[in-house]
Amino acid sequence: MDVILFLIFAVVAVVCGINVVVQSHPISSAISLIGVMASLAVLYLLLGAEFLAAAQVIVYAGAIMVLFVFVIMLLNAGAETRRGRSFMAQLLGVPLLIAFLGLMAFFVQRLFPGAGDVHFGAFRGGTALAVGRALFTQFLLPFEVVSVLILIAILGAVVLARKELE
Amino acid sequence: MNFFLLSLIKAVVVAFVLLTTLAYLQWVERKVIAHIQVRLGPSRVGPHGLLQPLADVIKLITKEDLIPPHVNKFLFLAAPFFAITMALLSISVIPFGPDFHAFGGDTWMQLTDLNIGVLFVLAVSSMGVYGIAIAGWASNNKYSLLGGLRSSAQMISYELPLSLAVAAPLLLSNTLSLRGLVDHQTGYYLGFIPRWNVFQTPMPQIFSFIIFLIAAFAETNRIPFDLPEAENELVAGYHTEYSSMKFAAFFMAEYSNMVTVCAMTTTLFLGGWLPLWPAAAGSSFVPAVVFLGAGLIALYHGLNPARRRDRLTLPVVAVVFFGLALLFLIPAVQSVLLPLFWFAAKTGGLLFLFIWIRGTLPRFRYDQLMAFAWKVMFPIAVVNLLVTGLLVAVLS
Repeated sequence: MDVILFLIFAVVAVVCGINVVVQSHPISSAISLIGVMASLAVLYLLLGAEFLAAAQVIVYAGAIMVLFVFVIMLLNAGAETRRGRSFMAQLLGVPLLIAFLGLMAFFVQRLFPGAGDVHFGAFRGGTALAVGRALFTQFLLPFEVVSVLILIAILGAVVLARKELE
Repeated sequence: MNFFLLSLIKAVVVAFVLLTTLAYLQWVERKVIAHIQVRLGPSRVGPHGLLQPLADVIKLITKEDLIPPHVNKFLFLAAPFFAITMALLSISVIPFGPDFHAFGGDTWMQLTDLNIGVLFVLAVSSMGVYGIAIAGWASNNKYSLLGGLRSSAQMISYELPLSLAVAAPLLLSNTLSLRGLVDHQTGYYLGFIPRWNVFQTPMPQIFSFIIFLIAAFAETNRIPFDLPEAENELVAGYHTEYSSMKFAAFFMAEYSNMVTVCAMTTTLFLGGWLPLWPAAAGSSFVPAVVFLGAGLIALYHGLNPARRRDRLTLPVVAVVFFGLALLFLIPAVQSVLLPLFWFAAKTGGLLFLFIWIRGTLPRFRYDQLMAFAWKVMFPIAVVNLLVTGLLVAVLS
């Protein structure tokens, strides 16, 4: 059951991911991206990280992508016009992609040689309780640093968006 | 596959009850609004217009399903489907009652109890905005687009106070499971004040209850926050170009969101299926008394009819009410029906509030809407959350 669900949602995630790049209209790309994020949330859920799955949907699919869609709708961006691709891109695109993927696989193999197979349902540390405990004990400093960083970003956005006072 | 069969039965029952509620909620709304405005409301189809929802369904199904030539066809078709799916999905984690023993089986009156139930509802409701936004965009119509834009801006803004208002009772209950939330609200202070989250010590959640309710009005696009479909500015907003069942899908999604949000408020703040006062003080007889009273009123008006047909219809209604009152007096059935009665009564009361406010308040202006969310509700929600957190940390 887990494997079947994994295969379904992995395929959906990959297809949506390719669709983000292939689609010429920004709204279609944005919706494909929502598809990627939603299927990723299901994959997290299958791995036992239920809090992360919910956060993924609420934050990424539900908040950030709404803003993306909102901006695209507000600017009323039309479909991009396809220009002729350069000769080099046509010639080297696919081989370079394969080389890059091979390199990635090689490094993952080298850096994490002990990583075994994934067992669905074996991980039990994904509850809200476990995540909260880890954030507020083991990773307290990074957590606080991130919140200060986000606060600075908000202040920066407010300063940039503020009307100039004469 | 006993589990599978049981889940299937529960899903069918819940879906049937929910869809019937949606259909009749619309009838109740039209009747209540009509009486607020000193009109009669639907009264032609069946006695007191009771068959009006059925007539509406037939009308909507048989209407011509137009797809305008200038729309983005795929997204135009996908949007209502998405909206209704997300709206119906969140009912699956709402608990309607406690343990249920029947036919040698034992189950909960809830489709499924997730340990991230509250987050699940928030996630599904945050996805619901896409249905409206995409519908507005795909219609390729300036009124629809403006409606979609307004709705996404409004939903993003009001989701913040909503989530903060949800977080405060979670601090008191220490769980994310909706059933756990209700279990934590069992019991009474001084023997008669229920330990619901609105009255819960150390910090009664009355502020977060009010903020949640206001934000819920905005999230469901109801008056006074119905700017996405403001008919005197935007024709019909995001569903201007929709007809037939696709229009009905948006309509049902709105009512379904209303039901869900009222059920969530009941679960989070009003103690779910728990009675208002202890059973020792006679709360088990409330439904019987209520139905008996309703039956007597119907009988009185049937015997002194204002119109001729009331002489026949109202006594029938009275008999139905008397039957319900008798049902609530049978001990074996009582234990099952009582929690459902309290849950339905609280949710129904909140739904009535939604309708009442629709008949009372005018619509906000757009800048007022945004200023209210960011300058009033958000600070109050943050302060409430901080005070609750502090009190919970100090006193526990």
